[in-house]
Amino acid sequence: MGEWPILTTITFMPLVGALLIMLTSGEGDVERRNIKVVALFTTVVTFISSLYIWINFDNSNPGFQFVERYEWVGSFMAYHMGVDGISMLFVILSTFLMPFCILASWNSVTNSVKEYMIAFLVLEAFMIGVFCALDLILFYIFFEAGLIPMFLIIGIWGGKRRVYASFKFFLYTLIGSVLMLLAMMAMYWDAGTTDIPALLAHSFPAQMQTWLWLAFFASFAVKMPMWPVHTWLPDAHVEAPTAGSVILAAILLKMGGYGFLRFSIPMFPLASADFQTLVFVLSVVAIIYTSLVALMQEDIKKLIAYSSVAHMGYVTMGLFALNANGIQGGIYQMLSHGLVSGALFLCVGVVYDRMHTREISAYGGLVNRMPNYAVVFLIFTMANVGLPGTSGFVGEFLTLLGVFQVNTWVALFATTGVILSAGYALWLYRRVVFGALEKESLKTILDLDTREKVIIYPLVALVIFYGVYPMPVFDATGASVDALIQNYNAALEAAKETAQASLSN
Amino acid sequence: MYHLIVFLPLIGFLLAGLFAKSLGTKGCEWITTGLLFVSAILSWVAFISVGFSEAPVETVTVLRWVSSGDLNVNWAFRIDTLTVVMLVVVNTVSALVHLYSIGYMHHDPHRPRFFAYLSLFTFAMLMLVTSDNLLQMFFGWEGVGLASYLLIGFWFKKPSANSAAMKAFIVNRVGDFGFALGIFGVFYLFNTIEFSTIFANVDAVATSEETVINFLGYALNGGDALTVVCLLLFMGAMGKSAQFLLHTWLPDAMEGPTPVSALIHAATMVTAGVFLVARMSPVFEFSATALTVVTLFGAVTAFFAATIGLVQNDIKRVIAYSTCSQLGYMFAALGVGAYGAAVFHLFTHAFFKALLFLGAGSVIHAVSDEQDMRKMGGLRKHIPKTYWMMVIGTVALTGLGIPGTYIGTAGFFSKDAIIESVYVGQNAVASGAFWMLVIAALFTSFYSWRLIFLTFHGKPRASADVMSHVHESPNVMLVPLYILAVGALFAGVVFYGAFLGHEVSGDHEGWYNLFWREALFAAPDNNVLTEYSQVAKWVKWSPAIVMALGFVIAYIFYIRSPNTPKELAKQHPAFYQFLLNKWYFDEIYDFLFVRPSMWIGRFFWKKGDGWLIDGFGPDGVSARVQDITGRIVKLQSGYLYHYAFAMMIGIAALISWTMFGGAG
Repeated sequence: MGEWPILTTITFMPLVGALLIMLTSGEGDVERRNIKVVALFTTVVTFISSLYIWINFDNSNPGFQFVERYEWVGSFMAYHMGVDGISMLFVILSTFLMPFCILASWNSVTNSVKEYMIAFLVLEAFMIGVFCALDLILFYIFFEAGLIPMFLIIGIWGGKRRVYASFKFFLYTLIGSVLMLLAMMAMYWDAGTTDIPALLAHSFPAQMQTWLWLAFFASFAVKMPMWPVHTWLPDAHVEAPTAGSVILAAILLKMGGYGFLRFSIPMFPLASADFQTLVFVLSVVAIIYTSLVALMQEDIKKLIAYSSVAHMGYVTMGLFALNANGIQGGIYQMLSHGLVSGALFLCVGVVYDRMHTREISAYGGLVNRMPNYAVVFLIFTMANVGLPGTSGFVGEFLTLLGVFQVNTWVALFATTGVILSAGYALWLYRRVVFGALEKESLKTILDLDTREKVIIYPLVALVIFYGVYPMPVFDATGASVDALIQNYNAALEAAKETAQASLSN
Repeated sequence: MYHLIVFLPLIGFLLAGLFAKSLGTKGCEWITTGLLFVSAILSWVAFISVGFSEAPVETVTVLRWVSSGDLNVNWAFRIDTLTVVMLVVVNTVSALVHLYSIGYMHHDPHRPRFFAYLSLFTFAMLMLVTSDNLLQMFFGWEGVGLASYLLIGFWFKKPSANSAAMKAFIVNRVGDFGFALGIFGVFYLFNTIEFSTIFANVDAVATSEETVINFLGYALNGGDALTVVCLLLFMGAMGKSAQFLLHTWLPDAMEGPTPVSALIHAATMVTAGVFLVARMSPVFEFSATALTVVTLFGAVTAFFAATIGLVQNDIKRVIAYSTCSQLGYMFAALGVGAYGAAVFHLFTHAFFKALLFLGAGSVIHAVSDEQDMRKMGGLRKHIPKTYWMMVIGTVALTGLGIPGTYIGTAGFFSKDAIIESVYVGQNAVASGAFWMLVIAALFTSFYSWRLIFLTFHGKPRASADVMSHVHESPNVMLVPLYILAVGALFAGVVFYGAFLGHEVSGDHEGWYNLFWREALFAAPDNNVLTEYSQVAKWVKWSPAIVMALGFVIAYIFYIRSPNTPKELAKQHPAFYQFLLNKWYFDEIYDFLFVRPSMWIGRFFWKKGDGWLIDGFGPDGVSARVQDITGRIVKLQSGYLYHYAFAMMIGIAALISWTMFGGAG
């Protein structure tokens, strides 16, 4: 050890910023500005520090790196942090998107700026913590604590039906979490530890795996969200402020997928194999069902929210294909969706800030006055549709390729999503951007200003870069994913041998 | 050099797209056009150096792309004869269309955007044709789809243009659905999607009697698996090349500016499907079933599109249906294993069809953007240069020439080669396909001459005001026409030897194989190429006879007694409406797919999410809770802190309980 505890640093750095903001007083414009600057500065520094992890990350090592471990609460649990190829990029994604969220809220949030910024910084700390935690209880604390700031962000700074939406969000996630907590207790009783690396090496009895898997599934499926527990998402997105939607779509949804990779698949491999079909069915239903629902939406944000559910369907399908293409595709799809859906919500935020409506019918012909906006919105729409050359394609293609090797029926149905996504996305684009500018209210609308360009242009560059050259991601995830699959296959193999042995006895 | 050929258009796109303001409109036009001309010239150099030498297949790797599990894909160019033929077609037509557009679009305020899109399209098309693997091909495939979407919808204020653009993209996506599944299948069978490795292993897979894949519940042996894969890939080809059932987007795509129609929807993009099948010929050769299906769809499309072309009144739509029909010819040839003939027709078709479209553009330009031929007529005297160019395009399309000799236009060589190949084709539908193609040739001749007569002959039907403005196009538009006209007249006779090559040794091992080498594959038992030139006289003459017949009927209908067509339409109103309304495909699809999707979407949303899931889930629960608490709790934001606080307490309590419970 003896190294600088980088993970702790970047996890708690946002809290330091939050503390600083808390110490400020006064409600004037200067103070508000200072608060925003502090928040922005904190998030930028956090992001830059987090790059240290990626730069020094050893791609060939499948295990955990940058590990920190301190005993905590006696011998019962430990403060144990570390990242591997699967979690590392989610940390980067979280820290990367935060400055954009702060910038996106620069002018649009006017009431309780101080509390708003504190909520976001606290949220960031918890999100990073989730991806770094290597102790069950620590993970759970971060996982659940993250709900609180998000709950507040939707409930306080949200739209008209914010209360309904925040409670729906809360109710769904809470029920899932309670089951997960019970499962965690059971795991502790069986394995005698809450240490994640130790649990990864522990093999749970087959019968127990089923129940544990289901309990974790309840929580992660809600988070993803998978059909049919997805209905909180459209409401939460619609009501959340722009930055809230960005974080929700880009990071919080990924916690479900991350959970599958960290817990369900490696710890309960037998159950994962048993429930593969269930996940496939739910994923395919999600892809087709929510794509069709997205087609008929009248609210821009809701449409994007439904398309998120469909895209997460590809993720779960890919992860449970349980081969290299599927899992890497699933991870890639999550990262890419983080960028693309985040960017799409930012794009919606741009016009919402100007018009204060998200009704598709209130727009039309924006290209006439907002050519730059039209271009970036088109690029993100195409990335959402999965056009090759954008990051959206790589993940979608690999998940489908992965699942084709397991079950061609699933691949066949899931691939129809390619047609449907083009349908809803292009139709949205046509109704909002194309056409003649006829509505009086839009005749004075302005194109992207400098702040908005600073937010959106880097995302455009990344979406295209990772479409053309995704290798940095595959290089980082490769070793860990291979290890994951090897362990999974070894566990299945072992179970088969045990079964045969017991038969022959 | 290949880097330059492919990336110069990309540079043009980026310059015109990003720096339009500083470069100015003129700057954007000339930069993109100039770069394209450089690319085109280099393409011809490549064509000669690769096509007429013994250079082996060369792979130029640019960058790693995707590497995951067993899948390793690079951005790379595969350079063989098929590639360079396509390079020549794409870059030549694209360069000329760029040049032409400088004149055609000069009233439009959005020219930098237009030229940027044209260059983007060219880049994507080049990525498609140079690809050394299926994934990069798919990139180009969708990339040209995007460019096509943008260019069809270029005049974004027109609702019809917007819906046409959307329709093109979505119908293409239906094809891509098949294409994507085909790629997955190829990967499953070969563990790679790189062409050279696939081709090296196809024999082993084809002869495998064991079950190699379980597809949709069917256990398939090697041969059947290849058939499935080929059919899936062909579905992609059908979408891009607007074949029967997936053709509906192409006529609507005529909403785009005319140079776009010439470049994308006639000469290059729509031939991508033909290219795909030709590229995959080593795989298709192993599946007789798949090839039969290809011939069937090709012949049906050739016939069907020609029947619709007979009655259309929009000058561009006539040519669009003609394109659709000619693509059918190419597929028919592919299906009987005459890959060389198909690619040859692709090559010549690019010249004369681009010529016809650009000529039509010149006409439209002259008559103040009118496209309805019923409002034209008598233009021959006013725009003689355009007239003669159109006539050249028409004789090339209809295939004027003297059978048995080397006197003829480009279409004469390539189309007759297709018809004869299909006649000797071995597969089950070949003989039926032959007759369909011959009848389609009759129709082709009729609608082509109908177009000429309606537009240029007879009395002017446009208003006096329009007629007073009729003017010949500027040279910047006419020069591309002249160049294409040269191609339309002579591309056949000059390149016939190389593409189909019989006059050297007259056998299968002749010039044909010297030119194509590994680029096109023909199984040892594929004798189409040796037999087609020895068909009976009547087969050789039949295209020429129906061509003349078509001309005569058109002459009678539109010059001699112009009332005949109207009376004929009156006598058979149902039949006429059936053709005029394009066999009612749009209506059927709307009824079968579009409306149900919307209805189901709304149903899932309102009933599935709203009533079922929410009603019995969160809303139902909270409603019960509210009943119980007697609606005391007013949900106001002030209370949220309480809930959050309660939640934290709850977590703390649960954790402590775990700790003590677990530890004790």
